[in-house]
Amino acid sequence: MSALGLSPAIAEFALRMGDSCLILGHRNSEWCGHAPALEEDIALANTALDLIGQTQLWLELACEAEGKGRTSDQLAFLRDVSGYRNLLLVEQPNGDFGRTVMRQYLFDAWHLPLLKALMNSTDKRIAAIAEKAAKEVAYHLERSADLVVRLGDGTAESHARMQAAVDFLWPYTGEMFLADALDEELVASGLAPEPGSHKAAWQEHVTRTFADATLKAPEKSFAQKGGRRGVHSEHLGFILAEMQFLQRAYPGARW
Amino acid sequence: MSSEWPLWEVFIRGQHGLNHRHVGSLHAPDAEMAILNARDVYTRRNEGVSIWVVRSSDIVASAPSDKGPLFDPANAKVYRHPTFFDVPDEVGHM
Repeated sequence: MSALGLSPAIAEFALRMGDSCLILGHRNSEWCGHAPALEEDIALANTALDLIGQTQLWLELACEAEGKGRTSDQLAFLRDVSGYRNLLLVEQPNGDFGRTVMRQYLFDAWHLPLLKALMNSTDKRIAAIAEKAAKEVAYHLERSADLVVRLGDGTAESHARMQAAVDFLWPYTGEMFLADALDEELVASGLAPEPGSHKAAWQEHVTRTFADATLKAPEKSFAQKGGRRGVHSEHLGFILAEMQFLQRAYPGARW
Repeated sequence: MSSEWPLWEVFIRGQHGLNHRHVGSLHAPDAEMAILNARDVYTRRNEGVSIWVVRSSDIVASAPSDKGPLFDPANAKVYRHPTFFDVPDEVGHM
């Protein structure tokens, strides 16, 4: 890393983190005004805002480490699908409320141990973002795990919907723990942990929560992957079309 | 069985040392969810350090029609206010 804090590896890592937060935050924001109860509506909007706040921190770090003079807004609003580095899990459609809760839970149970590990990053900026985000995410996890148990172990219908959500989303969880060349570089310089290293914590949390929720994880696991290389499902294009419309139609428009 | 969640009254303590204050109400299936919902609905702008929730149906209230007998008699008892003392200047603002 140079004296100015320039580092392509950090920039790419920050994009991975920021993009997953941004797309999940956007997905949650789609519920605004539509959630099953006012209280859930506000809770989902709060989670969305937390995630978009974290996005801002990660994308600002990406800009700084990249050193090309771009801003976080430009990264969010002017990159196309192939430039996005988010997990495929977070771009999956909301489905019903159960699937939205399940997606949030599977993400939170991965996000929290990752952030805790990142608090020990050799890069102080990464450690600082992780420390701030971990407090928010601890609450996200508490809430989403609680809802998974309540809905999974609820009525026959809520149980069926939650099990369907698990079955639908499960193939997208494997990607969270896959490592590539960038991860090796990050691990070697102590910037970030090996992605597989918090799989045990995730697995343990999910097993415990699913047991309480009377839900079953599919036995066969096939991992959909590609998000980190910019290879996305068709859904991301629709998200970006909606999210980026204003900046694309009126370049440089300001609030 | 009613499919509506019961109503809860929410009390938030703004700072250490202050009393919990009633801030509003919300629906939740049980006390635990009521606390989480209260956190999300009523402490978004850094309002609180502590939350109490209580089922609205557990609150016993005075009847509005009893207002006269309950409160009017106190009107005529000015001697219950500490207004008949001269406060020494050294005390300052009270």
